Amino acid sequence: MGVERVEHLPVRTDEDLVRARQAVREAAVALGFSLVDQTKIVTAASELARNTIIHGGGGDLKVERLREGARSAVRLTFVDRGPGIANVEQALRDGYTTGTGLGLGLGGARRLMSDLSISSRPAEGTTIVAIRWRQ
Amino acid sequence: MERIPILRMGSFLLVTIQVDMHDRLALALQDDLMGRIRETRARGVLIDISALDVVDSFIGRMIGNIAAMARVLDADTVVTGMRPAVAITLVELGLSLPGVRTALDVERGMKLLTDGTQPPDQRGRRAR
Amino acid sequence: MPEAAPTRLPDILGRHQQEILDDWLKLQAETFSRRRDLISDEELKQQSASFLQGLRSAAATDLDPRGPAWQGVRDLLGEISTSRVRQGFSPSETATFVFSLKQPLFARLNRELASDTRALAEETWTATRLLDALGLHTTEVYQRGREQVIVRQQQDLLELSTPVVELWEGVLALPLIGTLDSSRTQVVMESLLQQIVDTKAGVAIIDITGVPTVDTLVAQHLLKTVAAARLMGADCIISGIRPQIAQTIVHLGVDLGDVVTKSSLADALTIALNRAGWVVTRTAPGQAAR
Repeated sequence: MGVERVEHLPVRTDEDLVRARQAVREAAVALGFSLVDQTKIVTAASELARNTIIHGGGGDLKVERLREGARSAVRLTFVDRGPGIANVEQALRDGYTTGTGLGLGLGGARRLMSDLSISSRPAEGTTIVAIRWRQ
Repeated sequence: MERIPILRMGSFLLVTIQVDMHDRLALALQDDLMGRIRETRARGVLIDISALDVVDSFIGRMIGNIAAMARVLDADTVVTGMRPAVAITLVELGLSLPGVRTALDVERGMKLLTDGTQPPDQRGRRAR
Repeated sequence: MPEAAPTRLPDILGRHQQEILDDWLKLQAETFSRRRDLISDEELKQQSASFLQGLRSAAATDLDPRGPAWQGVRDLLGEISTSRVRQGFSPSETATFVFSLKQPLFARLNRELASDTRALAEETWTATRLLDALGLHTTEVYQRGREQVIVRQQQDLLELSTPVVELWEGVLALPLIGTLDSSRTQVVMESLLQQIVDTKAGVAIIDITGVPTVDTLVAQHLLKTVAAARLMGADCIISGIRPQIAQTIVHLGVDLGDVVTKSSLADALTIALNRAGWVVTRTAPGQAAR
């Protein structure tokens, strides 16, 4: 699997969130995703970035463009040093929320991507890796 | 701070969202709209989102909130021009905007609002 | 890749280019006699000559077939491979183009280096290594070309099988025929929603009369389509639900909610016209409606 391009973005403020969406959109367009897939990826990125800001106290996003043979993918890695997620399974369930949202963020993002994995340690932070393959 | 302009057309308020909104801007719009509904005694609110290429759960929730609060203030809300890719994504996300009425474009949206005085069964659809 | 002893291949290839080419073409003509229908002698000759030429100049610079000096040769083989996919050659036939050069080339090396067995062994090994790598390259490109063809055909098929028609001003219909799988249903969904935007149709009828079975996933896709159309401001009606499918849907526990369903496309059209504000009247007395 070849990494074609990597971008690093801060995810701390509202404005960062808008910039993260734009960077992810650019990557998805460059990789040739359809309009619907672009929209799904950008929306997932938006959910995850907001999660990083609200629950992780801010963090960083790595946007990678991958190629493996004829397939390509975009991989998003969100890292924060926040309080961590105590129960990952529960966090992914629809309707589960610790904040004021609808609790669709993580579970919704997982449905919009090909794969989403969360590794988290209480008091140390959370890393969320989301990937979406084309073809 | 920048704000999204709210236009008044007769007894209706018209909002066209044309920027990639950050969350504070969305919340400000929600507050502004409620203020204007009270102030103008508007009977309906039309929000055109045909320029938006992303609506995530936050923006989706804001739209739902606006509709719910407007109803308390006795005003109808119609959302117009949602793009197919955005609609598909919202459904996948699990957000179907209950109680929000929708129309393909502003013209039809205005018609839905102006027809709003008719008996309920003649009125436009309500999304689940 | 640093080489201790420079290879004599380019020299031998250069001096006997015409003979090797002739031998090779003769051999290919015998091997591929039954493939004459797919490729002309002229084209084969031209491809073989270019390959020999490329092999000679690349081997003069570098002996690593993955190195930059071999880019031209790899591109040439790529083109040949891609065109063979279209011409209908099998992958082994395509790779044989490269491998078949071994026989005439080794024969020539044998003659040239008969007095020096060590050199003969070395050069034979070098040539084997190069041709094997290049032969495998053609197979890889062939495979990729085949994949592209398949993907394109799948897309063509999907587009062909999802015709969205405008039945009336403001009324779209999507007659679905054949088995629905998840990816096809998704394409259907997207194309219908796009048509709704393009035609500004307020009502869309999804007719599944021609669909033999509906599983949970497909039923859910249909429901998502209806939900997405609603968000955009259009109504969907599902028609042509046969009794067995209705049973399946109920057994699967799929909640059709407040989705409007009609058993026939005609009934759905009546509703759709009504919603779109049309009234159809019969001016001449015809047969009584059933």
